[in-house]
Amino acid sequence: MFKWLEKNLPKIVMAPAVGLIGWFVYGFVLWTLYISFTNSKILPKYELWGVGQYVKLWGSRKWLIAVDNLLIFTALFLIFCVVIGIILAIFLDQKIRAEGVLRTIYLYPMALSFIVTGTAWKWILNPTLGIQKMFIDWGFENFTFDWLVNREMAIYTIVIAGVWQSAGFVMALFLAGLRSVEDEIVKAAKIDGANLFTVYWKILLPMMRPVFFTSFVILVHISIKSYDLIVALTQGGPGISTTMPALYMTQTAFHKSQVGLSAASAMMMFMAIAAVIIPYLYSELRRENAR
Amino acid sequence: MQDKTHSSYKQLEQRSKYTNMFLRWFLYFVLIVFAFYFIFPLYVMVVTSLKTMEEIRQGTLLTWPSGLNFDSWAVAWGGRGYGAGDTFLKPYFWNSIKMVVPAVFFSTFIGAMTGYVLTKWRFKGDQWVFLFLLFGCFIPFQAILLPMARTLGVLGISNSVVGLVLVHTVYGIPFTTLFFRNYYVSVPTELVKAARIDGAGFFKIFFKILLPISAPIIVVTVIWQFTQIWNDFLFGSTFSFGEAAPIQVALNNMVLSSTSVKEYNVDMASAIIAGIPTLIVYVLAGKYFIRGLTSGAVKG
Repeated sequence: MFKWLEKNLPKIVMAPAVGLIGWFVYGFVLWTLYISFTNSKILPKYELWGVGQYVKLWGSRKWLIAVDNLLIFTALFLIFCVVIGIILAIFLDQKIRAEGVLRTIYLYPMALSFIVTGTAWKWILNPTLGIQKMFIDWGFENFTFDWLVNREMAIYTIVIAGVWQSAGFVMALFLAGLRSVEDEIVKAAKIDGANLFTVYWKILLPMMRPVFFTSFVILVHISIKSYDLIVALTQGGPGISTTMPALYMTQTAFHKSQVGLSAASAMMMFMAIAAVIIPYLYSELRRENAR
Repeated sequence: MQDKTHSSYKQLEQRSKYTNMFLRWFLYFVLIVFAFYFIFPLYVMVVTSLKTMEEIRQGTLLTWPSGLNFDSWAVAWGGRGYGAGDTFLKPYFWNSIKMVVPAVFFSTFIGAMTGYVLTKWRFKGDQWVFLFLLFGCFIPFQAILLPMARTLGVLGISNSVVGLVLVHTVYGIPFTTLFFRNYYVSVPTELVKAARIDGAGFFKIFFKILLPISAPIIVVTVIWQFTQIWNDFLFGSTFSFGEAAPIQVALNNMVLSSTSVKEYNVDMASAIIAGIPTLIVYVLAGKYFIRGLTSGAVKG
């Protein structure tokens, strides 16, 4: 008995983690998957109903708006975060004075919650006393900036706040990547007569492919899961114009009590993330094994 | 002839010196403009929180406050002192502390143990176990919200700090395991083997050999978990309401409540109070914070 215990101790110690994750992650996802095939309303029902919830989901105007918003947000969020992140990383890599201070400033939004920063941005972007008033007081009398309350433009305020929060993170990833490149490579290229621009454009950035890949995965992941920022900034409004899938899911589940439908929307999010993550994990694992 | 090349070379050198200087200035200019962009919201938050509503209506976002006026901070933290509808952050701040401390402790401990087993007591298929756990870093939490709500109800801990501790512990395990596993993988296994030959057991090896060199990764993990859990809104808002809510939920409720005239100064003071613990940790231990972000960085 004691022998057995000693031999299996490592597995026993690992059991809580495996058990908890098995139950609370895999078990729960399967439960949600099952419920998405039932006609559950307030309470879950367990007789199967087929794909009715998915049909309903993709026929719902609100869901289509949510998916549309997600695509707009993801595209802009990715482009701006990566462009700003790379510019900052390359510029900071030029033996800059006070690099530490600047880096701290660029990255501090990552330490704050989306609720805190959303609250701040909501105040800055509000049309009566915020940035609009600032420009009017400066003498631009016809300046209007009402994106926050404008159905067409409100989604872009979420992009502004989201990019502000996450661009520094991309900067940190690229800076770490650039710093890990051997100095010799850059020196050799310079001796061959390449100017700094060529060194970055032709040599260093192409070497950053894994960093691009990682940033892409992380940013897409953040954008699919976007919830807090929208709640703090617009609550999906004006109207339903800034609804995103994560917000749709919680509203359908907890305000409208459409458990089956919300499970279907959750599974759509799950699949979207799996489509991005599984290739990523696969390639990471292969890289590690190759080492 | 030789003289000519020499002088043109000098000219070229001179010119490149000017372009270089221009580039330097341009570099600093861009970096400083971005620094302003990033600092701007924080600046606005701080100055707004120090103004009276009268000052806010008269000035602009950037106007400097007339003096150090901490009234709205006092209101945000302790309320106005009348009963109904007076929400303030103090009780929720303590809720968050009561939630964060045990959740960080348990998830870090479980992660350290699991990471230790996965690297120093390897067995057939341990790679798959790691992958199995790692996938938990990525799932969209929407896919587990419904069953979690029911489970907490069945356990009788919905709408309580205990329930949130459980939720945050469980969904922190994939990250803590990842951190410790990646750290212990670089510790030479020979050390462990030698100790095993000397007759040291499972726990003795952990506490005598690995734990003493784990300080950096413990700091990284604790900071990471602290920031994540303190800043969480999704779980907090789904599984708690009213008195058991953590601070981010309370902040959101305060800002959204439209009972009276909007008081932006109180809103901003509240936002700063809710953000200050993680901000302090970031300023004091930024190095470890960034390490958590980039080294283990698979999450968003």
